[in-house]
This record gives sequence, C-alpha cells and structure tokens, in this order.
Amino acid sequence: MTAMTGRSAGGHVVIAGAGMAGLRAAERLRAAGWDGAVTVFGAEPHLPYNRPPLSKELLAGAVGAGGVREAHAATAFRRRANIDDVVWEPGARIVRACLAAGTVTLEDGREVGCDGLVVATGLRPRRLRAPGTHPARHVLRTVEDAVALRDRLRPGARAVVVGGGFVGCEVAATARGAGCEVTVVEPMPEPMGLVLGPELGRSLRRHHEERGVRFRVGRTVTELAPDAVVLDDGSEEPADLVVESIGSLPNVEWLDGNGLDLSDGVLCDGLLRAEGRPGVVAVGDVARFPNPRYDGVPRRVEHWCVPADTARRAAATLAAQLRGEDPAAAGDAPFAPVPSFWSDQFGLRVQSFGAPGLGDRCELVEGDLRRAASGIAMVYHRDGRPVGVVLAGIPASRHRPYRDLVAGAPAPV
Amino acid sequence: MRVVVDLATCQDHGQCAIAAPEAFRINDAGALEYDGSPGEEHREHVEEAADVCPVQAITIED
Ligand SMILES: Cc1cc2nc3c(=O)[nH]c(=O)nc-3n(C[C@H](O)[C@H](O)[C@H](O)COP(=O)(O)OP(=O)(O)OC[C@H]3O[C@@H](n4cnc5c(N)ncnc54)[C@H](O)[C@@H]3O)c2cc1C
Ligand code: SF4
Repeated sequence: MTAMTGRSAGGHVVIAGAGMAGLRAAERLRAAGWDGAVTVFGAEPHLPYNRPPLSKELLAGAVGAGGVREAHAATAFRRRANIDDVVWEPGARIVRACLAAGTVTLEDGREVGCDGLVVATGLRPRRLRAPGTHPARHVLRTVEDAVALRDRLRPGARAVVVGGGFVGCEVAATARGAGCEVTVVEPMPEPMGLVLGPELGRSLRRHHEERGVRFRVGRTVTELAPDAVVLDDGSEEPADLVVESIGSLPNVEWLDGNGLDLSDGVLCDGLLRAEGRPGVVAVGDVARFPNPRYDGVPRRVEHWCVPADTARRAAATLAAQLRGEDPAAAGDAPFAPVPSFWSDQFGLRVQSFGAPGLGDRCELVEGDLRRAASGIAMVYHRDGRPVGVVLAGIPASRHRPYRDLVAGAPAPV
Repeated sequence: MRVVVDLATCQDHGQCAIAAPEAFRINDAGALEYDGSPGEEHREHVEEAADVCPVQAITIED
C-alpha cells in the first residue's frame, strides 16, 4: 500500500466529484454539523462551475468571452464561508474504491482513507456509434467542450445536432442565433417528447422551425462522412460540424468490484445511502433514488435542482451515521423533493415542476399550442392525479399556483 | 442580514421567490422585487434562495 493520507482523528469524508453536487454536499455536511475533515476530489482541472450556461449564454458568447479560463470564471460557483476548511483537489480523478477497506485510489496512485464517501461523479456524454469519421464532432458537458463548440458557431456553418432532447434543442437554438444552418436529427416523433409528450414537443418544434431550425424526426444517424451525416433512410445532411447530444452515461466505473448496483448510476435508498453500504451516499445526476411523491421506483434525475436537494438529504444521512446516530431520524423524511427544471430556447423560457415524464395524460390548461411564445401551460396527470406541469413563456409571477398544483402531499405508496 | 441581487444578471427565474417568499417576489410585470435587509429569522430560506438561483445572482453580504 502506498502512503495513506486523510484518516484524521475526527474522521475523514471524501467527496468524489467536484461538480455542483460535490459542492453542495460539502456545504450541507457542514450545515448538518459534520466538523471532521472533508476532501473533494475532482477529475476536471477546475473548481465547481455551473453547466446550464454552457448551452445558453456561454455558447452564445454573451458571457465568458475569451478562452477556457474566462469561460470558467464566468460560470464558477461562489463558495460559502462554511466550507473554507474543506480541501479541494481539482485535477485528481479517483480510479478505484475499496469500500470494505475504506479507501479510494487516485489516478496518480495515491491511496486515501475515508470514513465516509459521497459519490458525486455525475455523467459524461454518450457518444454516437456510427461507422465513418467526421473532423468536427462535438459533445457538451464541460467548459472546454463549450468553448470548443462556441468557436465553431460561425455564420453559415452547417451544424447537425444529433439528439433533440433539451440540451440538443438549446444548442440548436443558440447555433441558429449565431447564424448557423441548423438541422436536428431526432429518433422520436417529436423533440423533447419523452418528457413533454408529443403535443408540447410538436409545439416547441414549430417554435424552432419558425426561427429557421430544420428537424429530421423519426430518423437516426447510420454513418458519418467527412462533410455530412447519413441517416437511416439513406439521405445525407451536410455538416461542417456534428453535435452529439444523445444522452449521458453515469461515471461509476471507479466503484466497480464493491458489490453495488451500478446498472444506472448508484442505486440508493430513500436516505440516499448506496444500497446496503453504511457510510456511502450518492448525490446529483449519478444518484438513482426513489421519490415517494410518485412511487417507489428509483430513478436518476438530471436536473439542476437535484444536486442541492439530494445533498441536503445525503449530508444529513452521512453526518448522522458518522456520529453513530440513526440517519432516518435526521433531516427530512421521507425524502420527496419536487423536481424542477428550466430550459431557454430562442428566448422562450420553458419551466417544469414535478415529473411530467411520468404522466399518462396531458391537458392544455392555458394558451395555444400553435403559438408557444404567447404562453402555454400543460398539466400532466398520472392515474388521475397531477404529477407535473410545464410552462412555456409564462412569467415567473404566475408560476407559483402551478407549482403548488403538483407539490401537494405525496401519494401513499 | 444584507442581501444584494445583481439585477443585470437576474433573469427573473423566480426560484428565489419560491424558496424565500419573505424576501423575494416576482411582481405582476414579471420582474424581481426584493427586500435587501430581511430579518435574521429568514436566513435559512434566504440562503436557500441564493443556492437555487440558476444564474447565481443573489449575494448574502453578512
Ligand atoms: C450543457 C448543459 C446544460 C444544462 N442545462 C440545464 C438547464 O437548463 N436546466 C436544468 O435543470 N439542468 C440543466 N443541466 C443539468 C445540470 O447541469 C446537471 O443536472 C448538474 O450539472 C448535475 O451536477 P452533478 O454535480 O451531479 O454532476 P456533474 O456536473 O457531471 O459533476 C460531476 C463531476 O465529477 C467529476 N468526476 C467524474 N468522475 C470522477 C472521478 N472518477 N473522480 C473524480 N471526479 C470525477 C466530473 O469531472 C465532474 O466535474 C444542464 C447540463 C448540461 C451539461
Ligand atoms: S432566482 Fe435568480 S434569476 Fe430568478 S428571479 Fe431570483 S434572483 Fe433573479
């Protein structure tokens, strides 16, 4: 064994991942009364920064003009004073964990002991698997990705966005705003359809099309050519650049060999404990947890609100465990957050509360689907109960009642 | 406590008004109004508001 560091008298908590979830976990551990040592290891060479601008303001060049340094400075999170004594190690990827021994191993070979572990390693982009090559393939997760893509969004450049989810549609809108010729290739009948359903998906597609974005829906990419992508109907879409926005994969390989369920992120119980492992919790995009507001099914939720919500619960759990107390008696129980997310597309703010993707029926309660920009409210029901609402172009002053509609008492499981 | 919102950065998301209605409000014109010196008893909600602002426009100065 190489030099072991970090097992201090009061105990040592390692936070794996220095994204938003890692940051919030550090803050919440202190707020939950944990005053032992905390070290945050992050694979990126940066302190935590905010990702939503990467497909919006930053990609548009409205903030963070210059290089990676400027882009990071424009998106970096502020850190609260209560974590001044937390140790940050950016540029330090964890390659392995041995939970039985209570150690993690870094890329440089260092082995670090820990009494508690917070898994906050997030996601990485899934890559397109198609034969052939294209000289300008992009993904979008990091500030480096955003700067590289931004520098290619020149007027007249032909951009093909593969995948019409939220990030794909935001990139399409931003690229179009920068003067590119933009085509979105989406295998489903409508963009963002999995979450929004076909009606609202179609409405937002129209909003994009009216602003010059082309859509090839129901199509997949089968081959890459040096200046085009080939679709499954044999047609070609000319492409000076290709943006692959086809979903993400959880960063969990470093936890292999510990008997955890890592089939889709880290499987957790309702207290965010990695199943069956005392002293290990997961937070943010990588955590798969049940939300009794809806049912008992554990799910990963890739929304910006999730790092803060899960960190609050996970920190209460871990701090109690480390004190030898019952974690179920600490913090909010049951843990049943109201998820929310937003998206900006051509100046249209889309705001969701609850879990629209779980609905089995949707109901337009405000607006005209042919004119998304003038304001739409769509409520999603599951078994006759409202579980989600999506607002497009509705000012924030009118969000509250809609949120309240889906934020009532959790349904009995 | 003292609270400052950078109104040039604020994009009227309204998340702050949900987290801390005691200090933040979106008015009928859709713009943010806030109390720059909310009572100490609201600190937890106001800190929550600063955390949930998607553009990190809220600073708590003491
Ligand atoms: C372009 C883009 C736009 C978005 N826009 C919105 C939006 O408008 N609205 C919304 O609600 N949400 C949005 N999101 C989602 C939101 O940003 C995420 O939910 C959030 O970033 C999740 O934070 P996280 O800390 O869990 O994961 P991440 O941000 O992925 O952070 C994980 C960190 O862990 C590091 N790491 C990984 N493996 C290791 C390892 N082995 N050792 C050490 N460190 C490791 C990674 O490098 C990374 O820095 C967007 C996301 C992206 C990418
Ligand atoms: S949450 Fe932030 S952006 Fe939204 S209204 Fe409040 S200060 Fe402005």
